[in-house]
Order: sequence, then C-alpha cells, then structure tokens
Amino acid sequence: MNYAGRFYAVIGLLVIAGICLVLRMADLSIIKHNFLLKQGDARMHRIVSVPAHRGMITDRNGKPLAVSAQVNAVWVNPKLVPLDHPEFDEFAKLLGWAPTKLRHRLFQSKNKTFIYLNRSLPPGQAEAIKNLDIPGIYTEKTYKRFYPEGDVMAHILGNTNVDDAGQEGIELEFDEWLRGVPGKKEVIKDRLGQVVAELNTLRQPREGHDLALSIDSRIQFIAYRAIAETVEEYHAKAGTVIVVNVNNGEILAMANVPSYNPNSITGPRDGRYRNRAVTDTFEPGSTIKAFSAATFLQSGKFKPDSIIDTNPGRITIDGNTISDVHNYGVITVSQAVQHSSNVAMSKMAAVVGAQQLSKTLFNSGFGEKTASGFPGEVSGTLSARQKWRPIETATLAMGYAMSVTPLQLAQGYTMLAAGGIKRPISIVKNERVNSGERILPENVVQEVVKMLGLVTEKEGTGTRANVNGYRVGGKTGTAYIAGKHGYDHSRYISSFAGIAPLDKPQLVCIVVVTEPQSQHFGGVVAAPVFSKVMAGALRILAVPPDNLPPVTVEQQPVPPAKT
Amino acid sequence: MNKTAKKNIHSMNDSFWNTIHIDLTLLSLITILMAVGLIILYSAGNQSLSQLSSQVIRLGIALVVMLIFAQIPPHKYFQWIPVVFVLGVILLFAVDIVGHIGKGAQRWLSLGVVRFQPSEIMKLAAPMILAWYLHDKPLPPSLKILFFSITMLIFPVLLVAKQPDLGTAILILAAGASVLLLAGLGWRLIAIATGLVLASLPVVWYFLHEFQRKRVITLFDPERDPLGSGYHIIQSKIAIGSGGLFGKGWLSGTQSHLQFLPEHSTDFIFAVAGEEFGFMGSVALITLLLAIVGRGLYISLQAHDTFSRLLAGSITLTFFICFFVNMSMVSGILPVVGIPLPLVSYGGTSMVTIMAGFGILMSVHTHRQLIRR
Repeated sequence: MNYAGRFYAVIGLLVIAGICLVLRMADLSIIKHNFLLKQGDARMHRIVSVPAHRGMITDRNGKPLAVSAQVNAVWVNPKLVPLDHPEFDEFAKLLGWAPTKLRHRLFQSKNKTFIYLNRSLPPGQAEAIKNLDIPGIYTEKTYKRFYPEGDVMAHILGNTNVDDAGQEGIELEFDEWLRGVPGKKEVIKDRLGQVVAELNTLRQPREGHDLALSIDSRIQFIAYRAIAETVEEYHAKAGTVIVVNVNNGEILAMANVPSYNPNSITGPRDGRYRNRAVTDTFEPGSTIKAFSAATFLQSGKFKPDSIIDTNPGRITIDGNTISDVHNYGVITVSQAVQHSSNVAMSKMAAVVGAQQLSKTLFNSGFGEKTASGFPGEVSGTLSARQKWRPIETATLAMGYAMSVTPLQLAQGYTMLAAGGIKRPISIVKNERVNSGERILPENVVQEVVKMLGLVTEKEGTGTRANVNGYRVGGKTGTAYIAGKHGYDHSRYISSFAGIAPLDKPQLVCIVVVTEPQSQHFGGVVAAPVFSKVMAGALRILAVPPDNLPPVTVEQQPVPPAKT
Repeated sequence: MNKTAKKNIHSMNDSFWNTIHIDLTLLSLITILMAVGLIILYSAGNQSLSQLSSQVIRLGIALVVMLIFAQIPPHKYFQWIPVVFVLGVILLFAVDIVGHIGKGAQRWLSLGVVRFQPSEIMKLAAPMILAWYLHDKPLPPSLKILFFSITMLIFPVLLVAKQPDLGTAILILAAGASVLLLAGLGWRLIAIATGLVLASLPVVWYFLHEFQRKRVITLFDPERDPLGSGYHIIQSKIAIGSGGLFGKGWLSGTQSHLQFLPEHSTDFIFAVAGEEFGFMGSVALITLLLAIVGRGLYISLQAHDTFSRLLAGSITLTFFICFFVNMSMVSGILPVVGIPLPLVSYGGTSMVTIMAGFGILMSVHTHRQLIRR
C-alpha cells in the first residue's frame, strides 16, 4: 500500500475543506459585508426619548405648588446581578432595602431580565449606586413631581403617575400645557437595553409651561386648617371650604377634608382622593333661600317689607307638613330670610311659581358644570320641567328637590355678591376680568344682600359667622341627607354660604360639613368656619374694614407731654 | 554508518529538544496559537483579567500534560491501549448509568476531587485502538477487518451520543474514520460508506433530540426563529460579516461587546476574531491552524511503523476536524454542535485532550531513532 499516495489524497481533501472555509469567510465579510453591517447597526442603534421637564404649578403669588425634580430610576436585570457581590449590601442600603429582603426579591425574579427597584431615587444615591459597579444594575434620569403643600392642596393639584402624566386635578386638566415634548436622541444599546454610548441628539426636549393658579396658598392653608378642625370636632364625615374672589370669579381657596398626601400615595383609592367641592352633590337646603327671595322680589309680587303670616309655624301642602323651628308669627320677607322660615318661603313660592324659581336657579349656574374645568366635576340636578306640584314648588324654594356641588353654590353666591352679574369661575389666575352676564336686576340683588346681612345679626340664624371689623352676610343651611327610603332624620349636611364685606363685597365663602355629630345646625357647625376663614382672608388681602367700632376716648392717641 | 552520519548532523540544540522529546516546530506553532487565542479571549471576555488568567493556568496545565505524553514512547501506548480502551468504554457505561440516576446530560464522572469526562479519553483512545488493531493487518483493510473496526468504534460513539454530546461523538467517529482513511481504505468502500451514512440520515434524525433537530433546521433557515434557535447563527454571521476585510479592530467588536453574540468566549469566539480582525485575520488564523495540521501530517509521514503513522495521522486529522467544524458552525455552514475552537475557546477539558494528542505526536516524532535501533 502506498501510504504517501493516500496521504497526499488526504491533504488534498484538507486543502479543499480549507478553501471552502476561506470562501465562506469571504462570502460573509466581503460580499455580504454591507448587508450584515447594517443588520448589526440595526441591533444596537436605538432612538430613545429624553424626558422633558414638566411645568411648575404655582399659586397666584408665584409660590411653587407642584415642582418636578430630577430623580433617577433604578432597575436591575436579576439574571446578571451577582447576589454575593461584596458591594451588594451597600447597594441595598442605598436603595433603602434590607439586604436579605432584596436578595430574596431578586432570587424570586431570577428568570426575569428587568425589574424597577426604585423610580425616584435622589441623584446622589443613584450616583453612589453607579459607582458600586455591580453588573446588572442600571440607572436612568427621570423626573418626579413634588407637592410642597402636601395634603392642603392635594385635591386641587391632583397628581401624576410614574410616567409623569397627569392623573387627577389640575395635573390632568392642564396636562397638555404642563407636559413638555420629550426629546429624541440616538444611542447605542447593548442586548440588555443598557445605553453604552450616546451618538447625537435628534431633537431637544421642549420643557412644559408653568401655570399660575388663582389659589392664594395662605388663604388655602387657613381654609384647610379651619375645616379640618371642625370636621374633627364634630366627628363629621367630610368637609369642604371654598373662597372665591367676587370681582373676577377666581377661586382663592378650595379645601376638602379628608385629604391625602400626594407625595406618598398609598392605600386604597377611597373617598380621601375625591375633590368633593366638585364631585359631590348635596341638597343645599336653606342656602338656596337667597335665590328664592331674589325670585320673589324680581316677580314684583313681593317687596322686602311685604307681610307674610306664618302662623302657626307650619303649613300642610298635598298632605305634607312643612314647619319652622319656631312659630315666627307675622313677618316680613326680610325676616323670613333672616329666620329661614320654611312656611313663608312655601307661601311665597306658591304665589310666584316653580318655573320662575327654577329659571333663576338655572341662570345662577345650578344644574350645569362650572367653567372651572376640574376633572370629575358633576352638574348636579335641577329639573327643567314645566309642571310642578304644589309640594314640589314649596320644596324647591327651600332648597330641596335639587342637588348642587359646593362650587356651584359658591358660584351662585358670587353672582349675588357681584350685584347680579355672573362671571365664569376660574381656578387659573385671571389677567383680564370677564365682563360677565347679568342674571338678576341690581336693585333686587342689593335687597337680598341686605337680607343676608340680617342673618348674621341678632335673632338671625348665622350670628356665629360674624367677623370682627367687617359686616358680613350669609345664609345657613341644614339639610337632611336623602337615603334609600326618603330623608334620613339623623344624617345632616350643615352649610353656610356668605359674603364679606357687606358694603362692597370682595369675597364669597362656602362651608359644607357632611354628617356632623352632636350638632347639626348650619349656624352652629358651619358658620364658625366661615368666620375663621373670612377673617383670615380679609386680613391677608388687606380689605379695608367697614364695621370698626367707634373710637373711644381711651383709644385716642395721647399727645406727647410737654416738658 | 548511515545512522551515525545522520546523528552527527543534528545540532546541539536539536538533540537537546530531542532528548526531552519536544518537536520545536510544533511547539512554536502551538505557542503562537495560544498567544493569539489569549489576545482574542481578552477582547471576547470583555477584558476580564480573571478569565484570562484562569485560561493561562489551563494552558499551562495542558502544556505539562503534553510534555508528559511526549515522554511516553509509542510502544508503551501500543502495550497499554487495549486496557485503556476497555476501561474507557466501561467508564462511559458508568456515566450512562449515573446519568440515568441524575437528570439531563451527564458527561462528568466525579472521582472525589477530580472530575473528568470519559468521552475525552475516547477522543484519543478510539483512534489509538484502531491503529493498534490495524497495525499488522494487510492494508488496505479488507471488508472483514473494516467490519471489526467499525464494531470497535460503534460502542464509544453511541454511548457518548446518548449522553447526549453529539459534538464529541462526531469527533470520536471522525477520529476513528480518519484512521481507516489513512489506512488506505478503498475509495469504493469509502463511497459506499458515505452512501450508507447519507441513507441513514433519516434514521439518525429520528434518534436526534428535539434541540438537536432544531439546530439542523436552523442552519438552513435561521430567520425562521431569529430570537430562538436561529439567534446564535444570525448574530455570529453578523459579527463576521460586519468585520469586513480588515475588521473593526481589537476590543472594538460591537456584536460581542454589546453582548448580542452569545457564547462569545467559548464556542463562538471565532466570530469575535472575525469581527475584530476581519477577513484577513480569519484567514491568518486558518493558516496558522493549517500549519499545525501540516506539521502533524509531516510527523505522521515520517513515522517508521504503521501504528505510529496511523496514530499521528488520525490525531492530526481530528484536530483539523475540530477547528473546521467549529468555524463552519460559527460561519453557518454546519449546524451548531458544541465543539470549541481548539486552544482558543475559553474552557478546559477538550484543551487538555488536544494537547495530550500533540504530546503523542511529539512522542512519535522524537522516539523514532529509539524504535529503529
């Protein structure tokens, strides 16, 4: 056997095999080079978005209410993180986790390749984590919303989600304005999505716009404190206070209790998260009587001093008995408002008619949403029907058979305080005053405002609403809460709606307390809140007092003694 | 007289290397390959010094093993191979039984501290036993001899394939077949054997594991499952192709450094070389490997007895098949089987076997005079 011969044959085979290999390499790296190069680039070049700074929300004086701060998101690839890394405990500490707990968490998710551990870590800590240089741990710059005022302003502002999108309140209503346009940049990413190099910026992020609210955070704080104290004192279920600037319809304060801390949202999405000022309706009761009185006067059939006989303190209509707290006997229209006489209101309503009443109420803004634009706002109910039974006419005049939101009530009283001109309610700071729309004749409204002044004077139901140095006017309300089987005579809504100062009205304040315990009259529960809030607001806005007591001799400045 | 003259021609230096049974040419080529391998591995392993140093230690151990195997004269191998072969087959059975008790692939046999793979022994023992069997048979082998040879070969191959370690099984089969090829098996028989192999492919297909079948399908149509079984081939083809003529430069390969290329330190390290050093680099590496093969074949041709010749030749051919199959699978010519690139891929066991084989080559070459005397 010729061994060498076979040998050269084998060598020949090897050479052929080697040539095949070389040809294949040439095929890939020369002939298909461009195609494969593109394929490779397509795998690593990525266009990512650059988060834009969300606009700041301030109060009317420029105080920050919602600000976006730069934070870092930290995520891990559990498949890559060595749990026995010497710096692992330090990493857990920087994240604020117990090392064993974090180990357990990562071990449990060892089949995943992506978990967020924290989406709002302060930059310092994120930097420290980066420096630990543990494989499989990544950080990314992002923004987090902070609300310096906490629960005081929670319902107005609402909040954003982890992706910086508005979820509720102003954040949602003005999301488009506040939100910027994210930029775009081209980066190189590895297979695990980690950015290894930035190539170029395709589009700079455009920052969101700032937004100034009509809110005065000082008044807001007073309102929140006052309603929170009262809700606690009377073990009430909830409470709302609204303060509106009469001149332009700006909301200066809008506080609800219970509230929540928007900086750390935990627990179930329960009633704490509702902006009750716009989402909850109630039967307003006696606070509506101001509008009823205005309707009666406007009809020309009654004057402020027209006489009505309310004896014997009750009246039966369609088999239903309507009664007053006391028997007021023969009283004027003004006194009917002062004492909140149901009998007098029923009698006058029977003369004027429900259609006139409902027309006034509708024009005053009841039964439709306000212009505030708050997410979740409801319109309440106000029937526009043509035929009313006598009992329905009477109850409408007393503020039943309809439902309103606290903000609607504030809007209505603002119209009265502005001399009968209705301007759109606004939560945003107004640069220009809307000329508004006249709803009621000026002389009628002036008379009604005078009557509201009587309510806070002696014998009125709202004496506790008084503010030192100012003349105030308003109307108390105490309404049963309608349950499944008619009115529940143990659950009340106590309210007070008022105006100050009476001579030249500047502010309207609405107080609503839901289900107070032990006391339930609006004059007892709600009126003191009005007094506190109004006193604070008038002082803060430096409204000149219109009811200073006459200067006594002792208070006269003593001339300096001559020496 | 002639012998003495020849001896005198040897320089001092040459006789020194001869005394310690080292073939300087082969050692130089191997050392260059190791150095090149370490340079590629440093990049492929993302410049991990710990990985590099453990590879250096392995290479060192493998060199010592080579040195030891070079000291053993061929006639000792000849004496002991039947025992080693039978022992190897028994160990493969043992692994198989342990494998039944455990779960999944069972390749390791744990002997207290030392763990080793009996299949690695077979890579050398299988060609050696055939060389032992054929050394005094009339060559080219008759049909009967061929039958016995195949019978001897079939046990280890099937046992290893069953583990399942298709890559090693193919290598053992190839090593055995290369002995028969070098023994001058008639071309007609080779043609028939090739025909039989091709005909048996459907049967083999039936016995393949699901993941192995997938690899074959993937070879022909990697885009069919680009994120699953096709992922390896697509990524490695991109790596090689994007390297172009001269490559992206050392440490600059994106496919491997951005972790798109899987197994970039082990089985697919050739793709890293292709991406960073381009077509020219790949051809240079292939040339270096072919030079080693050339030296091996030269040693085989110079051997003075049939056993040594067949043994040296088959070890050389096995080495060739190792790198050819690896490069073919990385460049998408052959299906993905777990065969590392010899002396370049990160990892231990097969490297030691290959170096032991080179040790045997050196033994064959440097013990010639002794045998002749």
